Amino acid sequence: MILEQFNKTFESKARLGIMSVLMVNESVNFNSLKELLNLTDGNLATHVKALEEAGYLFVKKEFIGRKPNTLYSMTADGRKAFEQHLSVLEQFIKNS
Amino acid sequence: MNEHLENLKEIRTLMERSSKFLSLSGLSGISAGIIALLGAFMVYSKKVEITGNSNPQGILDAANLEGDFKLYVFKIALLTLLGALIGGIYFTVRKAKRTNEKVWNNLSKKLLINLTIPLIAGAIYSLALVQQNNMWMAASSTLIFYGLALIFASNYTVRDVFSLGICEISLGLLSIFFTGYTFLFWVIGFGLLHILYGGLMYFKYDK
Repeated sequence: MILEQFNKTFESKARLGIMSVLMVNESVNFNSLKELLNLTDGNLATHVKALEEAGYLFVKKEFIGRKPNTLYSMTADGRKAFEQHLSVLEQFIKNS
Repeated sequence: MNEHLENLKEIRTLMERSSKFLSLSGLSGISAGIIALLGAFMVYSKKVEITGNSNPQGILDAANLEGDFKLYVFKIALLTLLGALIGGIYFTVRKAKRTNEKVWNNLSKKLLINLTIPLIAGAIYSLALVQQNNMWMAASSTLIFYGLALIFASNYTVRDVFSLGICEISLGLLSIFFTGYTFLFWVIGFGLLHILYGGLMYFKYDK
C-alpha cells in the first residue's frame, strides 16, 4: 500500500535524475543536464516537458550572444514533491 | 526493493556530481606541499649561507633582509607558486580524464572564480607589504588570503578543502603574533598541511 504513495511523475530514472540535479543547483541548462544524465536531446526534452507540465520545474530561455540557452529550475511544488518521494523511497527500503 | 536502493544511490551521486567538482586530486596537494618545502629549504640554506647563523628565526625579518636576499626570497616564492599551480593543474586534469569528468565545466569555472578573487586580492596586498619591506607580514597574509580562497572554493568541491582553509587562516593569524617565526608557520601551512590534506584526500577519493 505504500506503493500507492509513489509519485507516478517520478517513475522514470531520467526524471529522478533531472530532479536530483535541480535539487542542488539553482538552475541548469539543457546541455549540462544532457551530459550529466547521458540522455539524447529528444529523450531529455520529453521528460523535461512532463515535469514542466506537472508544475515541478520551470523553464527560462535566454540568449548567450546569439545562441539560445535554456535554463531549468525547480519550483517549490517540485521540491516538495521530490522530497516526499525521497522519504517514501527511504521508508520503503527501511521496511523491506 | 534493490531497484529503489539503486535509485537512491544514483540520486545521491547525481546530486554530488552536479554540484561539486570532484576531480581535484589529492596528488595536487602533495605536489604543492613538496614544492613549498623545497622552496623553503632553498631560502633557509641561503640564509645560513649569508649569515652563518642556522637559527630559523627571523628569516623574513625586514631588518636582516639585504636587497639580494630579498630578491632571492621573492623569486623562490614566485617559482613555488608557479610549481604548485602547474602540479595542481596537471594532477587534476589527469584525474578528470580517468573519471571522465570534464575539466572545464560550470563547476570548475565557479571553483576557479572563487579561488582566484581572494588570491588576487591577497597577491596585491602582499606585494604592497613586500614593497614596504615587510616580508614577514606578507608571508602571514599569503596564508590568510589562501585560507579564505579555499573556504570560498570548498562550496564547489570536496568538503575537506573547507577545514584546510580554516587551518591556513588560523596559522596566518597566529603567525602575526609570533613575530620572527612567520617562516616556520609558512612552511607548516604551505608545506606540511598540503602534504597531509593531499594524502588524506588521495586515500579518501582517488583510490
